[in-house]
Amino acid sequence: MPVISTAGLARTFQTKRGPVEAVRGIDLTVRPGEILGFLGPNGAGKTTTLRMLTTLLAPTGGAATVAGCDLARDPEGVRRKIGYVAQSGGTDPSVSVREELVTQGRMYRLGKAEAAARAEELAADLGLSELLDRKCGALSGGQRRRLDIAMGLTHRPVVLFLDEPTTGLDPGSRAELWDLIRRLRDGQGMTVFLTTHYLDEAEALADRLVVVDRGTVVAEGTAAALKAQYGGSPEATLQDAFIAITGRRTAEPDTAPIAV
Amino acid sequence: MSHLFSDTALIFGRYLRQALDSKVGVVFGLLQPMFYLIFFGPLLRDVPLGGEGDSWQTLVPGLLIQLGLFSAAFAGFGILLEKQVGVIERMRVTPVSRLALLLGRALKDVVLLLVQSLLLVLVAVALGLRAPVLGVVVGFLFVGLLTISLASLSYALAMRVDGPQGFAPVISTVNMPAMLLSGILLPMALAPGWLDAVSRCVPFRYLVDAVRAAYVGDFGWDTVGVGALVGLALCAVSMTVGTRVFRKAGA
Repeated sequence: MPVISTAGLARTFQTKRGPVEAVRGIDLTVRPGEILGFLGPNGAGKTTTLRMLTTLLAPTGGAATVAGCDLARDPEGVRRKIGYVAQSGGTDPSVSVREELVTQGRMYRLGKAEAAARAEELAADLGLSELLDRKCGALSGGQRRRLDIAMGLTHRPVVLFLDEPTTGLDPGSRAELWDLIRRLRDGQGMTVFLTTHYLDEAEALADRLVVVDRGTVVAEGTAAALKAQYGGSPEATLQDAFIAITGRRTAEPDTAPIAV
Repeated sequence: MSHLFSDTALIFGRYLRQALDSKVGVVFGLLQPMFYLIFFGPLLRDVPLGGEGDSWQTLVPGLLIQLGLFSAAFAGFGILLEKQVGVIERMRVTPVSRLALLLGRALKDVVLLLVQSLLLVLVAVALGLRAPVLGVVVGFLFVGLLTISLASLSYALAMRVDGPQGFAPVISTVNMPAMLLSGILLPMALAPGWLDAVSRCVPFRYLVDAVRAAYVGDFGWDTVGVGALVGLALCAVSMTVGTRVFRKAGA
């Protein structure tokens, strides 16, 4: 039983210059406990797909089930079961780490004491205990990323969506974050759905890759399988395979508006 | 629905704490009406203003509505900042009630505005305002009604626009004529026929007239009653618009 399955999931934006088909029809399945790497050039529809799967954006076509809940009929059920860490994070720089974690717990309907205890627990798990009473704005890039992930883990989600989790991090923080993501999967059997632009990250972290381009899935498989099938030789790099799949074109600007 | 109350309380608490943390914000919003009160109010003492009561009973109700008009209409600015750092989106992925995201914030604005109104009235009393206590209380109720309406509209607008450049000009363009046309500084009783007619199309005018009537102890249907009806209608429309925008995904 897949934890995510989509069929023809699509989103068309109405703009002044006519309709823009940001996502034309995504079919994919994600198995429980899998780390799925979601790749594609800029403007391929990655973020739009992610925003649909996390209930932020209503699809204009197709259907999807996430963690056993129908995306269109039961978005609230989906929200209760997923965690989402956006690229921009989502903490207020003027609020303390503790307050953000506790409030997040309360928004997931934990009681006051429960939310406070969960904040301590998450902080201990993610190495934030010393920072609980600092303002979020005073954290380093790596610390803030760990906080963003802690926020997404508050309610022990079945699936964690990560949008370009290591963009802007130094190599040390990046390696740390990879370890953390593996730990979540190995320890708790969590399913992780992550988008990334870094092919080394996709190769090191993901069990399986899904490549999208122009709003549809154009290839999927393990990194090794993609290299063999598209890279032309067993020694090919993932980059060779990626370029063969998506074409050697310069990245187009993202045509899909972020907020509609 | 069952979580609406607790979710609203949660959001209300979060933003009230933030607002009280920046004491500058509480005082800053008060500066403009306070200046009018202290530097402009005394000029009106012996000017015939066409209404009942003295000049303070005419000016202070106007300044209360002005305070609500300007502070509440700019409430959406906070959301613009939060959108930039992803706070709004992060909250929208949780099961928290969409209506609570709006109500909690708007109620915070009401509390803040009431505190500011109280300070304004206290200073006015020191300067010479005398008005029935019930009238002053009714005035606060109108400020609350106006605040929740305008704050909802302001939050809705802020959710829909891309940045401050799409927000501030809209608010300023609407607010300035709204302020002049509702007779905030001088009552519309002084206006020529055409101006009086135009001002009757501005809902805030009825609120100003109602509070002025309450400040001279007149709680009649044609003043406080009409003001209450207009205020409630404004509130109903604004809350409907606000709720719609907050319910819809994609913001």
